[in-house]
Amino acid sequence: MLKTWRFHGGLRLPAHKNLSAHRPIVNAALPKQLIYPLQQRSGVQLKPTVTPGESVLRGQIIADSDHFLATPLHAASSGTVKTIEDRIIPHPSGLSDSCIIIDTDGRDEALASEPVADYRLEPASALRTKIRQAGIVGLGGAAFPTSIKLNPGPQRHIDTLILNGAECEPYITCDNVLMQAEPDTIVQGALILMHALQVGNGIIAVEDHMTEAYEALSAAIEQSRDRRLTVVKIPALYPTGGEKQLIRVVTGKETPSGGIPADVGVICQNVGTAASVYNAICRGLPLTERVVTVTGQGVKQQQNLRARIGTPISDLINQCGGYQDSVERLIMGGPMMGFALPEDDIPIVKATNCILAAAESEVATSKETRPCIRCGDCAKACPVDLLPQQLYWHSRAGNLEKCKEFSLFDCIECGCCEVVCPSQIPLVQYYRAAKSKTVAKAKEAEKAAIAKRRHDFLLERKAREQAERAERSRRKKESLAKLKAAETATEGAE
Amino acid sequence: MKFSTVMSPHLQPVNSVDRVMLQVLLALIPGIAAMTWFFGIGVLINITLAVVVALLAEASILGLRGRPIGSTLKDLSAVVTAVLLAISLPVIAPWWITVVGILFAIVIAKHLYGGLGYNPFNPAMAGYVLLLVSFPMQMTAWLAPIELGSVALNEVDWLKLIFLEQLPANIEFDVITMATPLDSVRTQLGLGRSVPEIKTDSVFGLLAGKGWEWVAGGYLLGGLWLLWRKIIGWQIPVGLLLGLGLFASICYAIDSNQFALPSFHLVAGATMLGAFFIATDPVTAATSVNGRIIYGLLIGSLVYIIRVWGGYPDAMAFAVLLGNLTAPAIDYFTRPRVFGQKA
Amino acid sequence: MILIICITFAVFGVILGFSAIYFRVEGDPIVDKIEAILPQTQCGQCSFPGCRPYAEAIAAGDADINQCPPGGQDGVEALADLLGVEAKPLNAEFGEEKPKSVAVIIEDLCIGCTKCIQACPVDAILGSAKMMHTVIAGECTGCELCVDPCPVDCIVMEPIPEDLNNWQWPEPEKKYA
Repeated sequence: MLKTWRFHGGLRLPAHKNLSAHRPIVNAALPKQLIYPLQQRSGVQLKPTVTPGESVLRGQIIADSDHFLATPLHAASSGTVKTIEDRIIPHPSGLSDSCIIIDTDGRDEALASEPVADYRLEPASALRTKIRQAGIVGLGGAAFPTSIKLNPGPQRHIDTLILNGAECEPYITCDNVLMQAEPDTIVQGALILMHALQVGNGIIAVEDHMTEAYEALSAAIEQSRDRRLTVVKIPALYPTGGEKQLIRVVTGKETPSGGIPADVGVICQNVGTAASVYNAICRGLPLTERVVTVTGQGVKQQQNLRARIGTPISDLINQCGGYQDSVERLIMGGPMMGFALPEDDIPIVKATNCILAAAESEVATSKETRPCIRCGDCAKACPVDLLPQQLYWHSRAGNLEKCKEFSLFDCIECGCCEVVCPSQIPLVQYYRAAKSKTVAKAKEAEKAAIAKRRHDFLLERKAREQAERAERSRRKKESLAKLKAAETATEGAE
Repeated sequence: MKFSTVMSPHLQPVNSVDRVMLQVLLALIPGIAAMTWFFGIGVLINITLAVVVALLAEASILGLRGRPIGSTLKDLSAVVTAVLLAISLPVIAPWWITVVGILFAIVIAKHLYGGLGYNPFNPAMAGYVLLLVSFPMQMTAWLAPIELGSVALNEVDWLKLIFLEQLPANIEFDVITMATPLDSVRTQLGLGRSVPEIKTDSVFGLLAGKGWEWVAGGYLLGGLWLLWRKIIGWQIPVGLLLGLGLFASICYAIDSNQFALPSFHLVAGATMLGAFFIATDPVTAATSVNGRIIYGLLIGSLVYIIRVWGGYPDAMAFAVLLGNLTAPAIDYFTRPRVFGQKA
Repeated sequence: MILIICITFAVFGVILGFSAIYFRVEGDPIVDKIEAILPQTQCGQCSFPGCRPYAEAIAAGDADINQCPPGGQDGVEALADLLGVEAKPLNAEFGEEKPKSVAVIIEDLCIGCTKCIQACPVDAILGSAKMMHTVIAGECTGCELCVDPCPVDCIVMEPIPEDLNNWQWPEPEKKYA
């Protein structure tokens, strides 16, 4: 048994995992329509590579971009591109953005796949390219491109790969059931990742209650006869599945503030990501589906579905027997960090690990906010050891400088402080608002600097032009005067 | 289907101010019960009076400030302040003592600073200190515990005593009152007697004053329950008792004739009430974990210093107010290291 | 003794003298600080021909801090904070705070007169004589200086819509807490 470490704070939350943890993964039916938002992450907009009316095959790239954080998007089934139009996208803003809409034809024809015969013979760069081309991003929720993570640069020495199977948010079980159902795929995926990173130490971390997953993975490792991989059970303490928290728990290392795990020699990947890496490399399949937990008391039949990316949520809910009358809120992600959706015609995306149809009894509906009584429970719960109270005062007062001084940007928005706050203050909302205000201000300052440069340049140009004009007229006068002088001289001579 | 959108976290909050305050009130029950048993139902009359006045004062000032009244009264913070002040007062204090103290606590110490959460000083203790310095006579006239007092007062006697300041015809004021244990240690030491001698006086029980030690036990019990319920942290009570105990032990080791036993100081006066219920008031205490230990130690030491060398027999109120003053500075110097940042 | 004091003072004098040279601050820092707060719209609504002149006027005491509508109330407060004076409401004489906008040329109407190009303080309009002009939206500061010179009124100010790139998390509703 490997030694584990602790991080400050954290919460033991009611897990609600039994709603879906022991149900097998069910393949979701092919939806009539697939919806693909083109905005991949903030500021990364994909360009469609297909046009309306075009027919596409499963696995065909339909959008891509040369932005370094972009990964291509693949059609999850065969059909025709119906249109490219604005739809409400899965985003906390509830805004619309352009989406590719594909009408499926039911034949589900696939593009020919090109698996790699033996990944051990491939150089790391080739594997990274394949992983990028397969559209693989982190499936834990942040959707960061896996190929970028696998390229930490020569100045960083990586010694450990951690597979994150610590599904710390309540309700979510998609990783747990995947580890039970496909331990071999995950183990093989981990070995590919270790080969691509050239690391000799791989750790799969699961929470201590995931006995079946732990045993399945142990057996799979046993079978692979690879001694470089181990499974470790870690305490189920929210937010232990946060990347930096998990690294701390598993290795005792603290990722520096503002840094990335690679700075302490660790690369962290979700178990689902590892499985999709195996599928991409060894089976030649791009990322077009994932396991999604559909749960909550607001849906009739909680289950884990293997769903095509782009499937509208309403389709998945229908396959789970529809809503209960008590349904109050539709959440993408978990109850701590997930965001509420305004409607269910929104598709699931690569980052969607859970659809939580929460009944009224499961969510905070009306909070009676009282003044902060400075109890300090928030600081005790904070996994980053911040002072949430101070951040609250300063973000509320709009004092962004002070917020920065109290390390606002180290806040991971896990929500622990808000859940324990007896005054029921919407702390995380204050922090998020202060963060986005800071970012907006920085953008504005940048824009102002550009405007100033351009204005100064204009003034300089105008001054130069004026000087040139003055110079020209002076010369003209001079030559005129000379001409006149010459004329008078000649006149005089005559 | 359409849904309402609310920001995460969506999980229901696990706690509320109302619940915290209610549990503090529940935790006071054993101490109050002991006090009623040993000193009579005057305590209950004082508490009732204090609560009524506090709620009226809070409601009117909330009205003046244009704040919601009903939902704010529900937070019970005014009730907690009222009860804490009422049980700190001498049981036979006349009604106007309670009224003046509560009005000062709620109106001046709490609401003039912005109400719950904004007051720098513990309102109950601010009210107590005001009374102590303004009306020292009434504030030091303590009833003898039932074990020592020869006369028992009935309900009507109590009401008459508190509201009309009248005693039954056959009872003299001096007969029913007596010095508190802390006070008598102090005066007797002044008369040149040694601590072991004083301890043989009839006022003293096992550890501190007869009756008093049971009341302290009641508060300790309630305080431990609050600790177990995680309503308060261990840092302030432990720090306070440690600070007081250490000081008392050192002095006792130096001269056991001049200084009382540490156990006496830990049980006497308002030590237990202060350690678990007053110094732990989150609004006016330090907030960081390490800061709270320092804060507790500081108050504990101050309690001892003022008790032994100061002008008043007990010192909890002064010590807590002085502690309140230092809380922001303590917090400033005990900021924790943020995860991933250098110390 | 006197000698020691004299030498000490002489040494300090030399240190002071050198530090005055080494740490000399170029320019007038207060003007730079004021200008850093101003939005660099260069719109001239403050009655000065640009943000720099307005900053200089504030520093010299010739202008008040509430004459910059694009900077808004936040800007006034930042200036008040910097200068240690009382914040005041924006002076409506100089205009009102409006949502951030960019100029858009209705291209069908443009006659290619280049008047707007000359008016633009940040060279954000492209085009040449008799050719249709167009605004580089990313560079436009929304100063509106191009709107009036246009002889055919083909320039309109369009508010920047909320999209994913400028969306901000909303602030919680502040109650009495």
